[in-house]
Parts: sequence; C-alpha cells; structure tokens
Amino acid sequence: MRRVYLDNVATTPLLPEVSEAMMPYLEEFFGNPSCIHDWGDAPREAMEVARSQVAQLIGANAEEIIFTGSGTESNNFAIKGLALAQQNKGKHVVVSAIEHFSVLHSARTLEKWGFELTLVPVDKYGVVDPEDVRQSLRKDTVLVSIMHANSEVGTIEPVQEIARITRENNVLFHTDAVATAGTIPVDVKALGVDALSLAGNQFCGPKGVGVLWVRKGVRIMPLLDGGVQEGGRRAGTENIPAIVGLGKAGELAKTNMATRIEHLTHLRDRLLTELLARIDHVAVTGHPQNRLPGNASFCVKFIEGEAMLMLLNSQGVAVTSGSACTSRALKASHVLLAMKLSHELAQGSLLFGIGLNNTPEDIDYVLEVLPPIVDRLRQMSPLYAKFTRTNKGGK
Amino acid sequence: MPVYSEKVMEHFMNPRNVGEIENPDGVGEVGNPICGDMMTFYIKVKDNHLEDVKFKTFGCGAAIAVSSMVSEMAKGKTLEEAQKITPQLVADELEGLPKNKFHCSNLGAQALNKAIQNYLGRKKKERKERVMVGQKGKRKRLFCPYCDEEIMKADLPFCRACGLKIFYCPECGKSVNRDDKVCPHCGAEIKGERT
Repeated sequence: MRRVYLDNVATTPLLPEVSEAMMPYLEEFFGNPSCIHDWGDAPREAMEVARSQVAQLIGANAEEIIFTGSGTESNNFAIKGLALAQQNKGKHVVVSAIEHFSVLHSARTLEKWGFELTLVPVDKYGVVDPEDVRQSLRKDTVLVSIMHANSEVGTIEPVQEIARITRENNVLFHTDAVATAGTIPVDVKALGVDALSLAGNQFCGPKGVGVLWVRKGVRIMPLLDGGVQEGGRRAGTENIPAIVGLGKAGELAKTNMATRIEHLTHLRDRLLTELLARIDHVAVTGHPQNRLPGNASFCVKFIEGEAMLMLLNSQGVAVTSGSACTSRALKASHVLLAMKLSHELAQGSLLFGIGLNNTPEDIDYVLEVLPPIVDRLRQMSPLYAKFTRTNKGGK
Repeated sequence: MPVYSEKVMEHFMNPRNVGEIENPDGVGEVGNPICGDMMTFYIKVKDNHLEDVKFKTFGCGAAIAVSSMVSEMAKGKTLEEAQKITPQLVADELEGLPKNKFHCSNLGAQALNKAIQNYLGRKKKERKERVMVGQKGKRKRLFCPYCDEEIMKADLPFCRACGLKIFYCPECGKSVNRDDKVCPHCGAEIKGERT
C-alpha cells in the first residue's frame, strides 16, 4: 500500500543534511558548551554557528536569539516573561481568539496571576482586524500577541499593520511564527515586532528545540532559573544536537525558500481544486489567498473528521483533523468556532499539511481514496439522510 | 492507530447493520453535532423480540463502532433483554474504549433504549386510539332518517324496521333523507338521482 505523509503541520521529517549535521554532536562532541575545557569548545562553536543561521533566517542579530525546548516553550516564555517583566506598567494583555494553546493558555495563566485578558476576534477567514487590536488597547496594556499565521486554517495575519499600531501606542508585540518561520519569508525588522517564536520541527529540523527572538533592549523575565545559559534568560544545558539541526534546517530553508513555496503551492492548489470538484458540500477554511503554501484545510459536511482521518489512515494517508494538539481533546476546534463555523461543520474538518517530500502522485492518490471515504461515511450519517430528505442545509 | 482496540477498529472498518428501516416500529435519536456524536437507531419488533435493528451515526470512530456493536448485541433479543444493555457492557464487548471517549461516544445503548421506549409509547398510544375509535364508532352509529331505528349494518340499502330505501352521504357515509340536497351531518352537497 502507498504511504503518504500529509501531516506536516504536526511535524516535518528531518532532512538528511540536517541529521548529518547533528550526528557528530550526538556522538563525538558530546561536551557541555558551558565548560571551559576543550570538550566544551566544539559544541559551543557549533551552537554559535546555529545561532547566526537562525538569526539570518529571520533577519535578526545573533545575540537576540534564545534557544528553547520547543515552540510551546517559546510562546510560554514570551507571554509570561514579557508580561511579568512589565507588570509595574500595567496588567492587561491582548491575544487573538485563534492563537495556539501555548499562547492562549499562557494568557489564561496570566489571568490567574491577576492580569486582565482581551481576546481579539477574527472574521470568517480567520483574519484579525488591526482596528480591533487598536480598540482593545488600554493605558495598562503591556503586551499584544497575534500569530503570524494560523497553522490550522493557513491564514496569514496582518502582523505588519498590527505592529504599527502597537508601536504607536508603546505596547510590546509578540508574534507566534511557528507556522511561518522557515516556510515563508519572515523578517523581524520588516514585521516590526518585538518578540517572535519559532520551532525547528516545522521546517524539517529536529523536535525538542525552539527559538524565542527578543529585540535587543526588551526585558523579559526568565521562566527557568538556574545557570547563565542563553545570557541568563533560559537556564539548562543546551540541547546541542537539536540546536545544530535547527541552524542547519534554517540555513537550508532560507536558501531554498522560493522553490519550496512554489512546490507546495502547486500541490496545495491542485489538491483543493480537485477535491472541490470531486466532493459536494465541502467548504475550504481559512483565507482563499493569504494562506500558507502547504496548507489545505477544509470541512466536509455531514460527517466527522476523526472517522475520515481513520479511514484515510487505513489507506496509508496521514492527515489531521484540526490541530494535533486538539484532536484528542474531543472538542471542535476553537479556531473554526472563532471563525463562526457551526459546530456541525467544524466537526468535519480535515487538514492536509503538504510537505517538501510530497509529490504530485501523492496528491493523485489522495484524490482517488478520499471521495469514496466521504461517500461511505455520508451513507452512515443521519445528518446526510436528513439533508437528502429535506434538501436543506447544503449551503 | 493504537488508540483503539482491535475490536473497535474491526467494527469501525466493517460496521454491521448500517442503514434505516422503512416503517420502523421504534426510532431513537441521541446526541447532537455540538458534542460531536449523533446516533439514530431504528427497530422492528416482532413477538416482543427485536427482529431488526439498524442505525445511522454521525461521529468519530468510537461512535461508529459502538453503534455497530449495540446493533449486533440487541438483534434477536427480547425488549427486556435489550433494555439491559449498558454502556459499560458495550465497552466491554469492544474490548475497551479510550477513557475520554467512554462518555461522549458511548451513546449506542441510550439510543437503542430510546427506540424501544418509542416503540412502547407508540403501542400505548395505539391501544388508546383503538379505544377511541371504538367510542367514535358509537358516536358514529347510524339511524334511519325516517323511523329513527338504528341501522346495525352500514351501507344497508334499506331500513330493516320501516323498509324504506336509505341513502348515504358520499362524503361522510352517514344516512341521509332521500330529499336532502345537502348532507345534514357534514354539509356536503349530494348530487345524482335518488330513486
């Protein structure tokens, strides 16, 4: 049976060049970079190379790069660390309703710590209106966090415009760029943000490593206390092999970005166009144009996502329904509900995360196996039976 | 996908008794799209036994497997036996369900029970209706328009008491006088020659 991995939103496969770059640091150069003796030299140097590779990827200075353990840690660090460092100025933070849970739940934790939280809504495409952000700002607002793009529906947010507003109002602005960094151009200066999160496993780097970039001069409260690693901002012995892999993956992403985007967009467009032609009552989610190149997300009416996912899996196709973090929480995606989709429609969401390794044949295979699966589940669905009887609710 | 037991996967991949029953004796629907699972069970009852059980389900893999298993467990059982099927028994038969799915997706037994309740309710109503039809029948008693004797058999062409010819309203079927142009019972116009 053909096996097709189309869940590059959950994680991406490691590129061979990346694992090759990592290997020596798993074996020969095992030393701790904080050590003064010779064993610390090679890891330390490799880490600094990776730091500048990541800095180049996002147009930052190497000294502003903080390595963390994941995208989730970076987001936690940014939300809690930036808010706590400024709590004397005020205790109000603003995030969008469609943030990843690592941002949303961190903001909820701040609420428990006495902060106030404003959730900015999105339109039906999942786009934040910068004017809504302006309206939500108060005298005591200390932090705004709006993601660069939503991985679940692919929508790219107007981060640049929001940054202009926060700058005018002297409020710090963090963006979660886990879905975009290494995939589409990300330049911290052009975006105008103050802090940015990214994760290695989203662009063919290893898991267990993330980055928080904080603009020089911005204060942040460390979440992990201990040694003076990462300039005292993130204690703990560095995960050198993963950091080296992240750097290498970042370098490759920067070099090959244009061809990668072309490849992904081509496959994505083919998949979406053909699926809409072959299956009735399908609604594409997210913005029709301003979206991530590899993201094909949509909702299939009258049936449920997990059942589709399982049948696709039985045909060797790996996809996800909603984000991987929510798929076992048994709740309709908070992103789709924020976009005002009905619960019924949101339950039928399916997300194809197309990756570098995918081929046109992979897409053809999906186009062959998915329509019968949809058909089979609809034959089982009481909602579809009701629809065919009354011919209502199709739109 | 090791989230589910082999048995759950087997029932999910090859669900039994999917579909609807035409003119079912009972229908039970539980759940809604908000919680993500919705099940409709249809039953056919014969001699107090579930002669046929079918279902339609909107939901995750567990929900489909549960529906299939419940239908299989219930088929052929007496109503009393079928009502004793609990979510726990279904889960046991499926060799376990993930903890987080036990409550949301394990609605099959509930849906089946609702279908049985629906059947029992219908039967009660039917009995009531039969009684009512009987009462109506009394009220619908026919009398000779001439001599007022009761006509024991509808459509009798003449009155047994007075021997006169009886006409019947083509609309409501009640006896009318031969000169009536309009039925005194239902107001329908009576056309045609009456000899």
